[in-house]
Amino acid sequence: MQTKFYEKDKLLLVKMTEEIDDNSVQKIRRRVDYEIERHMPKRVVFDFNSVTFMDSAGIGFIIGRYKFVTMLGGKLELANLTQSVRKIFEMSGILKLIPVTDFSETLVS
Amino acid sequence: MKEQVENEMKVEFLSKSANEAFARITIAAFASQLDPTIEELADIKTAVSEAVTNCIIHGYENRIGIVKMEASLKENEILIEISDHGKGIENIEMAKEPLYTTKPNLERSGMGFTIMESFMDSVNVESVVGLGTKITMRKEIKKPEEEKESDSFQFITNE
Ligand SMILES: Nc1ncnc2c1ncn2[C@@H]1O[C@H](COP(=O)(O)OP(=O)(O)OP(=O)(O)O)[C@@H](O)[C@H]1O
Ligand SMILES: [Mg+2]
Repeated sequence: MQTKFYEKDKLLLVKMTEEIDDNSVQKIRRRVDYEIERHMPKRVVFDFNSVTFMDSAGIGFIIGRYKFVTMLGGKLELANLTQSVRKIFEMSGILKLIPVTDFSETLVS
Repeated sequence: MKEQVENEMKVEFLSKSANEAFARITIAAFASQLDPTIEELADIKTAVSEAVTNCIIHGYENRIGIVKMEASLKENEILIEISDHGKGIENIEMAKEPLYTTKPNLERSGMGFTIMESFMDSVNVESVVGLGTKITMRKEIKKPEEEKESDSFQFITNE
């Protein structure tokens, strides 16, 4: 599955791929940054609803996007974390920095 | 009682990032012989993904080399060895520290060893600079609840 993007009223929703590892992150990073730069959103929401696997590459990826979005004056959020994804993020401490929401796609569709 | 599983496997593959998923699928298929829970299987896959990714991006630094993965099952335990013939680790204790990474520019977070250690029962690192690195991990697969119940049921009827 491909990463999908939805944009509405300065909100960018990024639906993450099923498997987040070093390999998939290398493939999506540039496209995600391109979409962020193109839309200059106030809010960027990463939706983990379809994610079936994530390792530490996901932590590095989110920290990198957090820095980028913050630098451009936007806010980053994580949505629909599965239990295993949450476990990995919690270990890294980034959930103290980045808000987690339950987010429904209907907001942007 | 459940039959005791004893088995071994070994695979070697090129240090390409597409093989991270290959290694995860392979170890999951092998470990499933021990009847792990979904969570135990996810833990094993994640730990393997961390170790294999480290061989590829740190050991070989994206040059092409060989990553070796060996695993064995004994009673209720899986033993996994993942090794490379890459650059090796200078200071193992420091490398294991959470958030320690030598590649922050590649957006690494330094959480790989911390994840391996929390998802597996034990993690051992052997490394020689210039020769390579070997990670040995163990995890016990807990017996399912059902089995305990049927064991005790048998015990009562035997009396
Ligand atoms: N196989 C290896 N060969 C050489 N160096 C390694 C190897 N594995 C780990 N290291 C070293 O240990 C450090 C810590 O590894 P760890 O997996 O904890 O973090 P990371 O790979 O840098 O980041 P992350 O795993 O969070 O993406 C690495 O930055 C690297 O310097
Ligand atoms: Mg790592």
